[in-house]
Amino acid sequence: MADTPVEYIQHHLSNLTFGKHPEEGWILAEKSSQAAEMGFLAIHVDTLLWSIIAGVFFLFIFRKAAKSVTTGVPGGLQNFVEMLFEFVDDMVKQTFHGKNPVIAPLALTIFVWIFLMNALKWVPVDWIPELAMATGLVNYFKIVPTTDPNATFGLAIGVFFLIIFYSIKVKGGLGFIKELSFTPFNHWIFIPFNLFLEILGLLTKPISLALRLFGNMYAGEVVFILIALTFGAGWIMGILGLGMQWIWAVFHLLVIPLQAFIFMVLTIVYLSAAHEDH
Amino acid sequence: MNMNLTILGQSIAFALFVWFCMKYVWPPIATAMRDRQKKIAEGLDSASRAQRDLELAQEKASQTLREAKDQSAQILEQANKRANLLIEEAKEQAKTEGERLVEAAKAEITQEINRAKDELRDQMSGLIIEGAEKILESSVDEKAHSELVDKLAKQL
Repeated sequence: MADTPVEYIQHHLSNLTFGKHPEEGWILAEKSSQAAEMGFLAIHVDTLLWSIIAGVFFLFIFRKAAKSVTTGVPGGLQNFVEMLFEFVDDMVKQTFHGKNPVIAPLALTIFVWIFLMNALKWVPVDWIPELAMATGLVNYFKIVPTTDPNATFGLAIGVFFLIIFYSIKVKGGLGFIKELSFTPFNHWIFIPFNLFLEILGLLTKPISLALRLFGNMYAGEVVFILIALTFGAGWIMGILGLGMQWIWAVFHLLVIPLQAFIFMVLTIVYLSAAHEDH
Repeated sequence: MNMNLTILGQSIAFALFVWFCMKYVWPPIATAMRDRQKKIAEGLDSASRAQRDLELAQEKASQTLREAKDQSAQILEQANKRANLLIEEAKEQAKTEGERLVEAAKAEITQEINRAKDELRDQMSGLIIEGAEKILESSVDEKAHSELVDKLAKQL
């Protein structure tokens, strides 16, 4: 474990990075400075690993339910899956009025996947990193993918791509450009202004999606790490920390599903707007 | 917090997960739920239809019962009436028949009496004439006396 609180916090907020170092070639970064030097040609192994674990877990459970799905009396797993299914389906039906077979599965994937990734926060911050470092293979291990902006921006870029794709598909390339040029002010003089405004608005969507999720999760994670610091500061602080840890974890009963829900709802709203022909 | 290729990896993973969910997770569950909804709707529908059928059948049954009762009452009444009528007729017939018989018997009796009277008269007149003949023998003119005797016989 790192020694000073600052080092401890920094350590816990660093990802396990694999990338091309200018001098050392393809290596696992051993220090955060090395990771920074790698630039864009690097991946966060822990982020990808845990997000894929979460995604595969989600699809495994749901695929299992889908394979044994019955129109008769549903069993426990099917009940659970159908509950989530209906929840998402209702949400999509309320918000999205077009016909698009992608939206609902997309919303379900976003909701459950982000929920699972966020849910890794409930695991006490030291457990899995310490376990991973005990193997001697890695120096860093951050298990909550949504506290990594790469993960949230990756999701948001996927959504952004879909927004552009459906805007062009529904309105046509020209129609889309026309919409960007002639709203909100329907006069040719305003075209540059409109374009500036609309493109800014368009770009704001993925950025707000990604930053909202990242910001909430990252801030929560920092607080968890700060609470974890108290465990090393004597009995009284430790017991106090235990109480705080519990309270903060309970608070995340609200935060974790809420952030997943917000991401899903905003995605549906954005895509619904992309389908609307003005 | 470095931005790097992770972003791309995350996007690819996202696309794959959504694709898998859309292809292999969503449709079977959606179909099953829709089918179940339809099944439940049909079940409820047929239940309400059966209820209606039952009500109809009950109504029909009670109506039939009522009709049968009415009919039986009617038949009973008719039978009673007819029985009364028959009895009346029989009574009437018996009465007239009796009267007729009594009449006939009376008539026969009168006839019988008359005949007996006639016969008696005839025999009496013969006896009287015979007796008178024996008494008077020759001197009596048969013709002159037979008138007398007839007069006598009629008085009997």
